[in-house]
Amino acid sequence: MTDLSAAAPSSSPHHRGGASLIAPDARTQARNAAERRFRRFGLSAVLLGLVALVVLLASVLGNGVSAFRQTYVILPVTLEASVLDKAGNRNPDEMKKVTTLGYGKLMQEALIAALAERGIDTGDLKPKEIMALLSKEAPADLRDAVLADPSLIGQSIAFPAFATSRVDGYFKGRVTMDSAARDANISPAQLQLADAMRAAGLIETRLNPGFLTRPDASELRPEAAGLGVAILGSAYMMLVVLVLSLPIGVAASIYLEELAPKNRWTDLIEINIANLAAVPSIVFGILALALFINIAGLPQSAPIVGGLVLTLMTLPTIIIATRASLKAVPPSIRDAALGVGASRMQTIFHHVLPLAMPGILTGTILGLARALGESAPLLLIGMVAFVRDFPAAPPAGFFDPASALPVQVYSWTQRADPAFAERASGAIIVLLVFLLSMNALAILLRRRFERRW
Amino acid sequence: MNDMRLTERAVTQTAKITARGVQVHYGTNHALKDVDVDILDKTVTAFIGPSGCGKSTFLRCLNRMNDTVASARVTGKIEMDGQDIYDPRVDPVQLRAKVGMVFQKPNPFPKSIYDNVAYGPKIHGLARGKAELDQIVETSLKKAALWNEVKDRLSAPGTGLSGGQQQRLCIARAVATSPEVLLMDEPCSALDPIATAQVEELIDELRAQFSVVIVTHSMQQAARVSQRTAFFHLGHLVEYGETGHIFTNPTDPRTEAYITGRIG
Ligand SMILES: Nc1ncnc2c1ncn2[C@@H]1O[C@H](COP(=O)(O)OP(=O)(O)OP(=O)(O)O)[C@@H](O)[C@H]1O
Ligand SMILES: [Mg+2]
Repeated sequence: MTDLSAAAPSSSPHHRGGASLIAPDARTQARNAAERRFRRFGLSAVLLGLVALVVLLASVLGNGVSAFRQTYVILPVTLEASVLDKAGNRNPDEMKKVTTLGYGKLMQEALIAALAERGIDTGDLKPKEIMALLSKEAPADLRDAVLADPSLIGQSIAFPAFATSRVDGYFKGRVTMDSAARDANISPAQLQLADAMRAAGLIETRLNPGFLTRPDASELRPEAAGLGVAILGSAYMMLVVLVLSLPIGVAASIYLEELAPKNRWTDLIEINIANLAAVPSIVFGILALALFINIAGLPQSAPIVGGLVLTLMTLPTIIIATRASLKAVPPSIRDAALGVGASRMQTIFHHVLPLAMPGILTGTILGLARALGESAPLLLIGMVAFVRDFPAAPPAGFFDPASALPVQVYSWTQRADPAFAERASGAIIVLLVFLLSMNALAILLRRRFERRW
Repeated sequence: MNDMRLTERAVTQTAKITARGVQVHYGTNHALKDVDVDILDKTVTAFIGPSGCGKSTFLRCLNRMNDTVASARVTGKIEMDGQDIYDPRVDPVQLRAKVGMVFQKPNPFPKSIYDNVAYGPKIHGLARGKAELDQIVETSLKKAALWNEVKDRLSAPGTGLSGGQQQRLCIARAVATSPEVLLMDEPCSALDPIATAQVEELIDELRAQFSVVIVTHSMQQAARVSQRTAFFHLGHLVEYGETGHIFTNPTDPRTEAYITGRIG
């Protein structure tokens, strides 16, 4: 500002006659320089942001993409009826009597037989050590597969069993011979065997859909851990948030913006809504803990409670966005509708709301996206608990314990095994994909509803 | 001061709207001071006066559009067909169906041309079917001298029309609900002479069915279309009477000064 006026005294504005249009005068030069400075400043700000984004994406993708691939031992196993279905009637209830121990023994025998058949030298590894290449989850997986499909009994199948996370880490470069020598869970000899098995086609690394569909797994079985429960829990919560906050938020905004008298009370409400939007999310968590769990007695870790607290958090955002878009509708449209004899409700629902819709939807989706990534209040209501069972279908499932994506990220980063760090990055990718698609949806809806006239 | 002339005409014309002692305050701004007017049935009444003198304000009192302005306070009595329109039992929505309005600035809905015109008849249930609605839209657009320009693109957005076309669309929209009184706030300020002539013709036709109140800054227009003229100045109704009288033989010096171009 000051530099613009500083250039002025050289030429009085009243004596411009004869000045060239091509050679810029001092004032114009100063103005143009200011514009160039501002451009450079803006451009560097944008570039800085881009660099930060690229670094973030590169690190998350670099660490996390491998979580979507998993090392499997392709185990040729004959599912002996004499072991797995002693009664011989293929009744899953009776077949359940065979525990994972029984399946484990079957797999161990099958694995040793397969190695012998391919002439792979196992050195002086004990059978138990050979079996340790497989995940501790593998027998349970085989058992689940058989119980789900009893017709498999009697057949010889190639069962893709998870390799243990150390073997997986070895093929992904996380585990080396050196680190294995110091590791109680794996030895270099076992890794050499794994190399040989891979050469023989018994081990392969492939896409792991289980990362998205399986529930979380214990500390010792990172290879089996998945995001299924967390994704479902997050989806349930988003459903609760959407169903509650959109109608409540829009109704409240319409009332405040279009119907309420403008007085001290509505001013007070307005200020409070603005303040609520700025309240740290952990405070909402404490509120929810007191209100929903201690007083209302709702179950801990339940998506309904998570959904309620996120609704409380999202409502101010939605109300502010909705009121802003209602305000942006020109008053002349309201006059026009009222002038032809429309009632206030008709004016709002026929004219004002459709025009405000793009803004409302954008605000809602951005509010939802923020709620989806929120973890602090969920920690307080116990959603950080280890949950292995999928919640039931809604509405009953809203009251079952579940996890949530951001909380899953948090709890995986807390675990000792470095394999969980990889999975946490993978979970962040999933979360980011959800957030990006929600933002894309917001843009799409805005385009779709936007009236260009 | 108008009593004499009123009795003269009372044989042929009855008052549609009578306003007595109307005052309007916008907060502390006393915008309209003690206005008494009789709007006659089947007559065109022109409101003239310098900018900011309260013409629009008074017009908006007649269909209670001032209710939507939070700071506005209207006192006094306005009766339409003998009923007080500010009676608390009166539903302004019902009133506005009878008293149509064309605003100073064109404000078509961001919808198609057809929907703009059809909206009023639809919400008031004036058409019994699509064909009847089409008919209403067509006659209204014809009355507003817009039909020929838009008949091939009724589904095009109303906001895509030129300013003058938009204003005529708003006129068509107001006419479509067949109001008993039509309030027009400078309907021709955005129109070219040809469209202006068409709208003036329309106003003259409308006079056969209902009363029209038109605010205008054009003395010639007031003289051409209106039978009665009211001159407002600084919130006062200075003079009201037959248009011929007002323009040729004004009683108040302020009126004379205004129409001869010395104030305004
Ligand atoms: N919504 C409003 N809020 C506050 N004051 C208003 C409002 N509308 C009009 N006024 C005031 O009322 C007075 C009369 O305004 P009005 O719009 O009636 O003038 P007008 O005669 O129609 O002028 P113009 O010829 O320029 O349209 C002005 O002083 C104006 O500032
Ligand atoms: Mg005006």
